[in-house]
Amino acid sequence: MTNGIPKPAVEMEGVFFSFGEETVLENVTLSINQGDFVGIIGPNGGGKTTLLRLALGSLRPARGTVKLLGGTPEKNRIRAGYIPQETSSNKWFPISVMDVALMGLLSRRALFRAYRKSDREKAVAILDELKLSNLADRSIGELSGGQRQKVLLARALVSDPEILFLDEPTASIDTVGQDEIYEHMLAINRKGTTVVLVTHNVGAVSSYVRSVACVNKRLFYHPDGVLDDSTIAATFGCPVDIIAHGLPHRVLHQHVQ
Amino acid sequence: MFDILHYEFMRNALLAGVLVSVACGVVGSLVVVNRLSSLSGGVAHAAYGGLGLAVFFRWPLLAGAMLFSLAASALMGYVTVEKKERSDTMVGVIWAVGMAFGILMIDLTKGYFVDLMSFLFGSILAVPKQSIVFMAGLDVFILIATMLLYKELVALSYDEEFARISGVPVRALYYLILALIALCVVVLIRVVGLILVIALFTIPSSIAELFTRKLSRIMLLSSVLGAAFTIAGLFLSYYFNLTSGATIILVAGASYFVALIARRLPKAVRR
Repeated sequence: MTNGIPKPAVEMEGVFFSFGEETVLENVTLSINQGDFVGIIGPNGGGKTTLLRLALGSLRPARGTVKLLGGTPEKNRIRAGYIPQETSSNKWFPISVMDVALMGLLSRRALFRAYRKSDREKAVAILDELKLSNLADRSIGELSGGQRQKVLLARALVSDPEILFLDEPTASIDTVGQDEIYEHMLAINRKGTTVVLVTHNVGAVSSYVRSVACVNKRLFYHPDGVLDDSTIAATFGCPVDIIAHGLPHRVLHQHVQ
Repeated sequence: MFDILHYEFMRNALLAGVLVSVACGVVGSLVVVNRLSSLSGGVAHAAYGGLGLAVFFRWPLLAGAMLFSLAASALMGYVTVEKKERSDTMVGVIWAVGMAFGILMIDLTKGYFVDLMSFLFGSILAVPKQSIVFMAGLDVFILIATMLLYKELVALSYDEEFARISGVPVRALYYLILALIALCVVVLIRVVGLILVIALFTIPSSIAELFTRKLSRIMLLSSVLGAAFTIAGLFLSYYFNLTSGATIILVAGASYFVALIARRLPKAVRR
């Protein structure tokens, strides 16, 4: 979609963040180009989710600057799609698949205003695209983990976002369902949407993403997707499987042979 | 059968019961889906502190209870937002301290012999006209607020993080829900008393939740159910000479039990 110099979708410079006494992120500098497919990996509690929340403006950095699509996150997040961690939603809340998809247009409609007919049409279209139409009237609580995650993907995509943030979208899904979700992301990315995927599934990172950021308080960015032993060890605090991104096939090397 | 409608106090009681059921159906649904029932219990008992204060200073009781329950709900909102890990304990403390304060204030009021029981178990048969006007006003306010903010309330209740990112003023809305709870609690104390507030708040919505899966329908159905329970409870209490608040709650509780079984039955038959 861009010719010549790529435009940055997310820019962070010298970002510090802490919850009370506990430092979560330390001097993080990051630039994600538009159209990129970035995997953010790191141990639990390493600051992956915090990084996303900073990019979306639901948290503010203690120091440093954060830009989303060239402006403040608060202003531009209306152009972003987001799938929060699964634990964020109330699984037993009485709501239909259709109404969850509609929720993706919440930021487009002012307070005190109802959704419009065109919003419903968009929601119908996106459910159709993700092959969820037959579930539209079902309650979210009756779905399988994989189906539910696809509905959340529909909610994130219904607003036709320029950048998509996903926080552990496959945490509670079987392998087949995971592949399906990743294939959708890949297809979305091919259409020019920037995708930022937080995951601790290193395997997923190896086979789908183009760039990798490792976060554990500090951030190590690998725009070309190549990781080496020492950065992974530094991120996780222990050696992990190495990932190499060779095209056309990406290979996951084993440590122990 | 309908001879009791000749009494004005009975007509007022029925009207109050229906008005309160609408408020509770709507707000109670929010309480149930957001798991706020222990917090509501806390607000109800803290409101007793306001009653005590009103008795002591000879203020109108409704105003005193409203002041205290609004303050208690704001405080609980602050605690649950800012100090999540302590919120359970803090709600319990506010619950007990409010109640104890009310009892002491009534103790200290010289020559005050109004039956404490009427606050604990309600006195729907003695609802004054101005309370009914207040209840009607509250219903209108709750219905308008819920209609205008419906999509935000749904988003907040389903996925707070997503709602916040979508620009919903999550915190303000949460405090609004708590304020609505406080106002409902005040009118409910009249009808069933503060001990039974939570029951009328949660039982109709919990039954409705068994049969429908859309927030607006849960609100509607639980309003209708609440009205049915209060009317049935009132008739029963009149004919069998029972305490009205407790009868209403037992009707509601028995219905919940039946609803639970009815919900299971089709599944059992299918197997």
